[in-house]
Amino acid sequence: MRKQEESPELPVEDSPGDAEALQVIGVPRRRIDARAKVTGQTRFADDISLPRMAHCKLLRSPHPHARITKIDTSRARAYPGVYLVLTGKDLPIPYGILPVSQDEHALCTDHVRHVGDAVAAVIAREELTAFEALDLIDVQYELLTTISDPQQALETPEPRIHDSGEEGNIHKRAALEFGNVEEGFAEADEIFEDTFFYQGSTHLPIEQHAAVAVKDPEGKLTIWSSTQVPHYLHRTLAKVLEMPAAHIRVIAAPNGGGFGGKSDPFPHEMIVAKAALVLDRPVKICLTREEVFYCHRGRHPVLMKFKTGVKKDGTITSMQLQTLMDGGAYGSYGVASAFYTGALQTTTYHVPRYRFQVCRTFTNKPPCGPKRGHGTVQPRFGQEVQLDKIAEKLKLDPAELRLRIVESPNRLTANFLTLGTVGLAECIRRVVKVSGWNEKFRKLPEGHGAGLACSAYLTGAGLPIYWNNLPQSGVQLKFDRGGGVTVFCGATEIGQGSDDVLAAIVAEVLGLDTFDIRVYSGDTDLGPVDLGSYSSRVTLMAGNAALQAAERARAMLAEAVSKRLEVPQHRLRFAHKYVFDSMAPERRVTFPEAICLAEAQYGTIGTVGSYTPPKSQALYKGGGVGPSPTYSYTAAVVEAVIDPVTGWITVPKVWIAHDIGRALNPPLVRGQVEGSVYMGLGEALMEEQEFRRLPQKLSHALVHKFPSMLEYKSPTSLDMPDVVTELIEDPDPRGPFGAKEVGQGPLLPVMPAVANAVYDAVGVRIDEVPITPEKIVKALAEKRAGRAPRFGPGDFPAIHWPEALRVPPPWEGGDGRAVNEVRRQGKPSSEKEKVHAS
Amino acid sequence: MTLNGEEVDVSFASYKTLLEVLREDLGHTGTKHGCELGECGACAVLLDGKPVLSCLVLALECDGRNVMTVEGLAADGNLHPLQEAFADLGAAQCGYCTPAILVTAKALLDENANPNRDQIREALSGNLCRCTGYLQIFEAVEAAVVRIAEERNRRA
Amino acid sequence: MMRLPRFDFRAPRTLEEAARILAGEGTDALPLAGGTDLLPNMKRRQQVPKTLVSLRYVEGLRHHQMGPAGLRLGACLTLAEIADDPRLRNGMTALRQAASQVATSQIRNQATLGGNICLDTRCNYYDQNYEWRKSIGFCLKKDGTTCWVAPASRKCLAVSSTDTAPVLLALGARVRLVSHGGEREVPLSALYDNDGIQYIRKRFDEVLVEVLLDSLPGWKSTYWKLRRRGSFDFPVLSVAAAARFSKQSVVEEARIVLGSVASRPLIAEDAGKFLVGRSLNPEVIAEAASRAARLAKPLDNTDFDMSWRKRVAMQFVTYALQELRGDDMKSERGRWMHHALPF
Repeated sequence: MRKQEESPELPVEDSPGDAEALQVIGVPRRRIDARAKVTGQTRFADDISLPRMAHCKLLRSPHPHARITKIDTSRARAYPGVYLVLTGKDLPIPYGILPVSQDEHALCTDHVRHVGDAVAAVIAREELTAFEALDLIDVQYELLTTISDPQQALETPEPRIHDSGEEGNIHKRAALEFGNVEEGFAEADEIFEDTFFYQGSTHLPIEQHAAVAVKDPEGKLTIWSSTQVPHYLHRTLAKVLEMPAAHIRVIAAPNGGGFGGKSDPFPHEMIVAKAALVLDRPVKICLTREEVFYCHRGRHPVLMKFKTGVKKDGTITSMQLQTLMDGGAYGSYGVASAFYTGALQTTTYHVPRYRFQVCRTFTNKPPCGPKRGHGTVQPRFGQEVQLDKIAEKLKLDPAELRLRIVESPNRLTANFLTLGTVGLAECIRRVVKVSGWNEKFRKLPEGHGAGLACSAYLTGAGLPIYWNNLPQSGVQLKFDRGGGVTVFCGATEIGQGSDDVLAAIVAEVLGLDTFDIRVYSGDTDLGPVDLGSYSSRVTLMAGNAALQAAERARAMLAEAVSKRLEVPQHRLRFAHKYVFDSMAPERRVTFPEAICLAEAQYGTIGTVGSYTPPKSQALYKGGGVGPSPTYSYTAAVVEAVIDPVTGWITVPKVWIAHDIGRALNPPLVRGQVEGSVYMGLGEALMEEQEFRRLPQKLSHALVHKFPSMLEYKSPTSLDMPDVVTELIEDPDPRGPFGAKEVGQGPLLPVMPAVANAVYDAVGVRIDEVPITPEKIVKALAEKRAGRAPRFGPGDFPAIHWPEALRVPPPWEGGDGRAVNEVRRQGKPSSEKEKVHAS
Repeated sequence: MTLNGEEVDVSFASYKTLLEVLREDLGHTGTKHGCELGECGACAVLLDGKPVLSCLVLALECDGRNVMTVEGLAADGNLHPLQEAFADLGAAQCGYCTPAILVTAKALLDENANPNRDQIREALSGNLCRCTGYLQIFEAVEAAVVRIAEERNRRA
Repeated sequence: MMRLPRFDFRAPRTLEEAARILAGEGTDALPLAGGTDLLPNMKRRQQVPKTLVSLRYVEGLRHHQMGPAGLRLGACLTLAEIADDPRLRNGMTALRQAASQVATSQIRNQATLGGNICLDTRCNYYDQNYEWRKSIGFCLKKDGTTCWVAPASRKCLAVSSTDTAPVLLALGARVRLVSHGGEREVPLSALYDNDGIQYIRKRFDEVLVEVLLDSLPGWKSTYWKLRRRGSFDFPVLSVAAAARFSKQSVVEEARIVLGSVASRPLIAEDAGKFLVGRSLNPEVIAEAASRAARLAKPLDNTDFDMSWRKRVAMQFVTYALQELRGDDMKSERGRWMHHALPF
């Protein structure tokens, strides 16, 4: 507690409302959870230990596709030290993250769909005991056809991996058309058609998934889990356990990395919860690394075909994009991912007419879902590499081309996404400047190249996962007479610094230091709902909620202080833990005194704030994916060195400029940018979620090629180049203090920039990710042989697309609806009717 | 064994690794695990002053030896300069790889008080991080080098 | 998390005691040195010994004796001790290079020279967890009947993955093995077989205790390792080269060894013989590289396309010979191995 004599000199203003310098926002600060992390005191899920705690291990399917004909658990149950064995019949209620994909069971009831699908659970005194008992469970399977890839899925309608898919083993198809693309192609001076393939990759957080569940004497359940989405997990547990949600408490432990891999409710969470209820003991599970590969929910492998028409000056007249996605064995976020593979192509450059067709298939592999960038990463790769080809043909510098066609701010795109601030042009100019682009592009010696690419990303998904008209984020503030402030919020700390963001915003508004504030996050009992840490939503949404709560508190405090000091409210400033007259700072009270004054006046003080995104104008079916309060923008330049004999590729340096609106805490922002670049390079050069199909005549096996941290290659400290980060700060009023996202956007341009750098270095196109020496060598051989100097996928397969929903773009008088949307018979047309119908 | 400067007596199931005994029988959960096979570095501790992977050390072979974990870095109520620098400079995001990197960096600085960037990179090349991209980690180690030197000069 | 299986633990104090225990327990017992190869294998249930015989407390396995005749290295010296040893220079440089590139610094603080020499062969189908191997019906090397690398093969094709052995072979090393029944000293080249399962001619009850190297006046040596990343990864191809030159830089003796292209390191006899009596000019280097690379028949059992690895074999032999010639290879080393080793 500061003594009066030591109080800081409080600034005097000549008139109230002088531009107030921000005290916390934008100032480089140690984050509030930093010291706990560097002392090893942060409690992750697996660090939790409770008396009488039992351990759980899962038995997983060794077959990629089969029916379970018999399970006999008697030998396992009899094994000394085993308390309980669960099978599918103990948890029969299906669930899934998306309401339209409730296609998962905690334990397979009769159908296993990938190697690693959970079939039974053993709970025992020791983890090793549970593991030993797994071998005592006798499961008999009837093998079904293994479906390895989308091509085979399209050709093999039976056996169906899910009866709930659209048709055969097609999970979902969609087609959307905004404007007449054929007209646009007719207007074009040049048309470019390119196919690209983007391989799947996984999140590989250092922390494996873990959960601990315990029942209290009243029969209520508490579960700690390494999850990014405590609220969605909460709803799922209530459904699967058939318990009132009010009797379930979900606590999201700080995640040791998530990146989207912990955004689904998982079998192991349902299972430990059920076991804790049955056994009346705490039950813990921590997955092995291999099991984490089977959870997956990572980047979909996507085959893409772009057809783009341009004028000689680079203006885009029309774009058509077709994508074929390998969804794996379950829906997960897949329907949303599907729309994401098309939705954001219109946010960076002006696209007046756009047609998008997507097909997601099921295959017998771990399910794909959201990984950093969620579905937008793959088509961004295609778009940016194609733009490079376009620039070359039109004899334009790639940066120059993009600057000519950058989208404008605060307008609707062809697919009715509402753009906020668009700092892309400034990002391009800045990255061109700091990288020395003009001296490098097409000017470096053979084997050295520079590549440029751009991207955009959402600052929070505009719509929640399940339809509702409730806020997406809520914050509650409590004030102690001693001056302590407590922030309660459902937001989840996954390493991105969300706890610190909340503390910083509240501290800024109330004139405090972040260390005066305690944050309780991710706990469904303590904090109001926040939908979770995904789609880069937390800074903007929870931040805005915190801002509202803090400003409401400030208003109450200001009124009480104003009365006491006899100073008009508008002259009061909150800073340095005082509330004072900005024109005569000696007239002041301490923050604790202000609390007491307000409490005396109002009674106990507490405020709430919430945030609901603005209504989207994309009213067509499928328009729920893509809208966001605003979008961030990024431009990157990558330098690459390639050995022409072996194709060996190294990336010595990356320059990246990110339009962030406002950097709330610059070192943390830099960390997100560099971390995104790191992960982008990993995907660009070495990460592959690849599968091995054994020779069909000998085996039905379809296994993950390398479910280990050794063989799934992620960059080490020796593989990471230097990165120059430039932040473009043009505050966007939609974000708290103008902030937009930074956790995902900077990843997207890296992969296409690498591909473009390879072309600059040795003149070959790698139209695929990852970009490896073997592929470069093959492309160079093609080049020497006089064929297309390229390595990449062949033709896009023929797919029977549904009739496209035609949505006239804004400039053709569209209102965001499809002109040919047919309502299915019997479908209720309003939410009220939905309730009655069920 | 001696754990962070204190003699400890502990009994444990004989199949356990040092990692498991530290976390489960001694309550020191600061040391983490990402793979249990020696493929990520998250379980690094100092054994007789040298960084090793505790998931690959039999607890049975630690009798009479000296173990240091992240919990032992702070001294006399003060954080180690490495811990301070990591905290202040954003070198810990999710914090999961951090304990292992801290002890490994400490061992580096104990051996080489003024490593260059390449030597820091090399010393930490056995620790995977998925959040930071490593660059702020290098800077934090470099900042700690300066702080340690300043502290040494101050005391001299 | 993954746990070790249950085992009995013995901690002998002398080599005689250790040898006696191994003889008595039979193939149910395995010696434990650094544990960095054995423990992961145990957690994945590739090796499940009933008894572990720790070598940690055995005297006489950690010596480093340099004399006029040569060098005697105890098998339980850690790879870090070898990597950090400035006495290993000139002819012995490659041993330091190899040891310093194994896995990671933490692993090198535990892993031993003997353990690396005896390193289990590796394969995409074998170095996997128990459940994974069950999904493929196991493989020829462990619990199965098919070699999935080449289903028609009757031999296991797991690949030799040691970094130190190719170098020690290039340096003409010998090893001493001790058992309850006696001891023997053999050239290291006689210790290996080109078979993924029976890759080492060491009986279950023998302990490898010592590596012996003649002093190599006038020799130079080098080691090049190919792997995807700058650390962690095993070699997917390596080249160890050693040569003695006359005052006119003519090769008087040379040995080139290719690692990780077969179930044992392969000595490129033809290429080595070709170099004798010649200077290392570009044509000679190219011919030697071509002859050596002919031995490289990589298979689909590790990282990278096999045809690409073969291409790199030629490049790496070239680099190695250029380095022996005295060229400054720091830049190439930096690009391929991510660090220019300071020795």
